[in-house]
Amino acid sequence: MVHRPRQSKASNATKAYSFVLFIAGDSLRSTQAEQNLRRMAEARLGGQYDIAVVDVTLDPERAELERILTTPTVLKSRPGPPRKVTGDLSDMDKVMLALALPE
Amino acid sequence: MPKSAPSKSTRGNSARKQASRATPAHQTKPGVEKLPTHIPGFDFIARGGLPAGRTTLVAGSAGSAKTIFAVQFLAAGIMEEGHAGVFVTFEDLPEELRRNMRSFGWDIERWERENKWAFVDVSPDFEDPTPVIGTYDLGGLTSRIVHAVKKIGARRVALDSLSALFMSLPDAAALRGELYKIMTTLKQLNVTVIFTGERTDEYGHVTRAEVEEFVSDNVVILRNLLTDERRRRTMEVLKFRGASHERGEVPFTITDSGIVVIPLTAQELTQTSSTVRTTSGISRLDEMCDGGFFRDSVILVSGATGTGKTLMVTQFMNGGMRAGEKSLLFAFEESRDQLIRNAAAWGMDFLGMEKQGLLKIVTAYPHAMPMEDHLVAMRKIIEDFAPERVAVDSLSALERVFSLRSFREFVIGLTALLKRRSVASLFTSTTPTLQGGGSITEKHISTLTDSIILLRYVEVGGSMRRVITVLKMRGSRHDPDIHEYTIESDGMRIGEPFGRLTGILSGHQPDSGSGTEVPSADSTSEGDELEEATEE
Repeated sequence: MVHRPRQSKASNATKAYSFVLFIAGDSLRSTQAEQNLRRMAEARLGGQYDIAVVDVTLDPERAELERILTTPTVLKSRPGPPRKVTGDLSDMDKVMLALALPE
Repeated sequence: MPKSAPSKSTRGNSARKQASRATPAHQTKPGVEKLPTHIPGFDFIARGGLPAGRTTLVAGSAGSAKTIFAVQFLAAGIMEEGHAGVFVTFEDLPEELRRNMRSFGWDIERWERENKWAFVDVSPDFEDPTPVIGTYDLGGLTSRIVHAVKKIGARRVALDSLSALFMSLPDAAALRGELYKIMTTLKQLNVTVIFTGERTDEYGHVTRAEVEEFVSDNVVILRNLLTDERRRRTMEVLKFRGASHERGEVPFTITDSGIVVIPLTAQELTQTSSTVRTTSGISRLDEMCDGGFFRDSVILVSGATGTGKTLMVTQFMNGGMRAGEKSLLFAFEESRDQLIRNAAAWGMDFLGMEKQGLLKIVTAYPHAMPMEDHLVAMRKIIEDFAPERVAVDSLSALERVFSLRSFREFVIGLTALLKRRSVASLFTSTTPTLQGGGSITEKHISTLTDSIILLRYVEVGGSMRRVITVLKMRGSRHDPDIHEYTIESDGMRIGEPFGRLTGILSGHQPDSGSGTEVPSADSTSEGDELEEATEE
């Protein structure tokens, strides 16, 4: 996995759900977290999402700005108030609940 | 510029250099370089500072000043060495720290603007906590710390406190592993790191087990004890792997400029290194001392009221003036005016000496200020004035307001400071009885002083006479005789040995009648006195 540039705001604007996933380098845990997040979004959010991945080792300023302590951490920026959850996101139900996403 | 302890560094600005001047440059074992913290007194007990490029745990119970220590570690680095520092806060908000630490004169906001200080704010977000689902690592924290270190070129990093982190994240075992990785990363950046950890007991495990397990090479413990119904703060360097440090607890206090550690190592006091003599201000006394006092020695003058202790102090100061030396007098019993008037009566011009900058009289009332604060105040004056001789008149006045333990620590602390600065010092102590006897002061501090001079009244043939003798003088021959002296208009006049009397010092004189008998059987009494005066 490589660090991908964040998607442009213009393309985000059309999706109902928007996430930023903070990871630290190309670890197994990083890969798993991204896979888990995508799997959840596909299964539960009907494809109406976009995910930007931020590697904190490459963009520490962003990590500072969002006060990221642990990785992986996913930030739900839309819809509703921002919510964060950290870990490998292995338990889909818990992640949905923690990010206040509709069942 | 008078003599002072060797300054170990010429770097940094000099404004605060004074505070750390008392720190000697200690040699450490090869291999472990030390980083002077410039926390006053700490570098002495740490024999030069913290192990450079390594990580040290600063552990203490709640309220033991861990955060102040952590902040001061960075603040002193900035002020003394221009070292930039990163503060990782797990507990307090940066705003709180900026505000609270201003009272110590630490302007964190300014340092942040100057890129000398950077916060990594990991304080808990209570309104919006981040739940943990599955396994995690501290990648976010690591990259933020590394980024901050590189951005401002930090040499020092403080993490306060890890215990808070352990409370906010699950899986202590995983967290330990992650913290270990952070420490390894920091080591590669060549920064010196302290992190604080909370202890639940003052004398139990170093910290709650989770913290101490992953880094325990270098441990400093802060304690906040309640003894004799008084708060007492102490600091102890528990271990430095591969590097030396002083052992045991030493008191510290929190002043308006932060933590001041008061090293109380009696060991160094026994070493008189100087062979340079300096005048007592009384030439006959110099002769009795085989040429005068040693440059860096501490002399205790013991006598009953009216025997001329303050006169000896006055002559000691006057002798300094004649030698072109700066003298400092801490007077706890008499007012400034009184001292100046008395000196003038003996033909010594204290006011003139003050005008020349050769004398400073500090009068203080030994009220119930804690011992540490007395010592810190006196240290500040000594460092600012940089005298070559110091007199304290009298120690007995302080003894009355301190606990015995505090008093002894005070004398050790003051003596250590004076010796490090090679200051010749004269302390007076008042004996409770007119004839013979030693004071409590002497009993407890005589081993800490290099020389003891006794001033005593003796009753001879129906009249009171005064005698003087040098009881001990470390590292030198001295006149063992007891001399009579008189107080004349120009000071103390020491006469010939008072050869024909015994029992003078103990106060148990045999019926001396004509004052000429020499009962040999009674000659042990002087020895008894000596024992008493020098026993521990």
